[in-house]
Amino acid sequence: MMKNNKLTPYLLIAPAVILMLLIVAYPIARSMSMSFLKYVLYRPFDIQFVGLVNYFQVFKDPVFKQSFLNTLYWVGFGVFFQLIFGLVLAMLLNQDFKGRGLVRSLVLIPWVTPGILIGLMWTWMYDGNYGVINDVLHKLNIIKDYIPWLARSNTSLGSVIVTIIWQGIPFFAIMILASLQTIPRELYEAAEVDGARPWQSFVHVTFPMIKQTVFVTSLLRIIWVANSVDVIYIMTNGGPGYSSLTLSVYTFVKARAALDFGYASTLSICLTLMLSLVLVVYLRTLSKQEARLR
Amino acid sequence: MKTSFFKRAIFFVIPLAILLIFTLFPFVWTFLTSIKPQKELFTSTLHYLPLQPTLGNYVELFSHMKFVHNLANSLLVAIVTSICSLAVSLLAAYAFSRYNFPGKFAVMISFLLINMFPSVLLLIPLYSIMRQIGLLYTPWALIIAYSTFTIPFSVWLLTGYLNDLPISLEEAAMVDGCNRRQGFIRILLPLTVPGIIATGIYIFITAWNEFVFAVMFTNEGNRTLPVALQSFIGEFDIQWGLLSAGGIVTTLPILLMFMFVQKKLVEGLTAGAVKG
Repeated sequence: MMKNNKLTPYLLIAPAVILMLLIVAYPIARSMSMSFLKYVLYRPFDIQFVGLVNYFQVFKDPVFKQSFLNTLYWVGFGVFFQLIFGLVLAMLLNQDFKGRGLVRSLVLIPWVTPGILIGLMWTWMYDGNYGVINDVLHKLNIIKDYIPWLARSNTSLGSVIVTIIWQGIPFFAIMILASLQTIPRELYEAAEVDGARPWQSFVHVTFPMIKQTVFVTSLLRIIWVANSVDVIYIMTNGGPGYSSLTLSVYTFVKARAALDFGYASTLSICLTLMLSLVLVVYLRTLSKQEARLR
Repeated sequence: MKTSFFKRAIFFVIPLAILLIFTLFPFVWTFLTSIKPQKELFTSTLHYLPLQPTLGNYVELFSHMKFVHNLANSLLVAIVTSICSLAVSLLAAYAFSRYNFPGKFAVMISFLLINMFPSVLLLIPLYSIMRQIGLLYTPWALIIAYSTFTIPFSVWLLTGYLNDLPISLEEAAMVDGCNRRQGFIRILLPLTVPGIIATGIYIFITAWNEFVFAVMFTNEGNRTLPVALQSFIGEFDIQWGLLSAGGIVTTLPILLMFMFVQKKLVEGLTAGAVKG
């Protein structure tokens, strides 16, 4: 590192830091203070300080309870299958074959596709009368009658979870692929000499080397999936009823449709608090890594 | 030879084919839908390939002045966001990469954390702030809102790219009589250009795709494409052909840009996010 005027680095980071204070820190503080208010946008003369009332309401709110459970399913199943399929895809892409570069860029596409388009594509495919998914399943004799996947309360959450899995596989795949490529070939050769079967060399060679990446990527993805609004909002708007409503969508709907800024702020702070548990784990892992690198 | 052929089929070719079909089918289906005439979409037996392929949906889409207007808005917001975020981030990334200073780790970590806040947490306060300062329903509302996550993200990416370039490059330039600023502009910057382009394109993609802020912070006059697509649903009683065409038009430029910088971007991302 260079030694120079001690102020220079602070001047360089100043624009970014000041901006973040203005457009992130200050709004978050406002959000916190709004969560103590009764604040419905279209009733501007009825804004009052209500203390913890919004927070008590959260505990009594059956919709909160359901959207909390839905969030657990959404994140749990969503991220778990993204990880499994992403891992498989990464292992496949780590092989040598013709056209590997092209295949690699193709499978990454869902990752940069707008959430809105993902929602629309899948809504059309899930359509109860004209959807291709029903047609395929019917032709394969898996279902007898066409199912309105998104319009039934017992299939809507599962259907949107399949969609988020589709979206997230590429991210896991690229992260894991990157770490697979750092494993020296000699390790596999040594394992083979020792008579390890493919499964054994996965457990004893591959997995220990990619463990860290899998862990960190999962934490990142848990946070992103929990925060995701657009896919569910487009596909089901949380319905039918509240069957596919997650906390982030609930907050969004409360803010946008109901304009209930007080309660919506409270909901967003509850979501943030829950996610901060994941963040703590993430930070600990990062600082451990940092310590090891030094 | 025969067993290894079967083995390769079962363990490699078939799983890869299944995953590829799973990944690509929704796009293929959207494209096929976009070139089908309306009457072919709602038939009792599903035709996979269009019987009478047509570009009608695309023609109709672009004859709506609104859609062209939305396209222009998306472009404006994404370009300005990219340029502003890059300028601010590059300075900070240079400081993080080339200097050691008290508080550096804390600032870097808080930049990392900002990316992980739920966007709904910022949505409400930013909405009322924009309303108060009169920026609501202008492109600036979106540009500012997007900077909340594009700046911290690009600081991390750019720091990663800069860290890859040895400091001896600038030291050599300084020995030759360059000062620090010249060393940065003449030596370091040109070498960082690929990283800057990759980061810029990623910001562009993120801003182009964003929906949650866009739906709150825009009105009829200045919608971006994702919001416009959503608003089609009510306006035209879900014309899937038209919607699919809109989806293809929205996504194609993004996909092309992404293919172009894919390698560089993935390098930066895996270096920055995983290794810390």
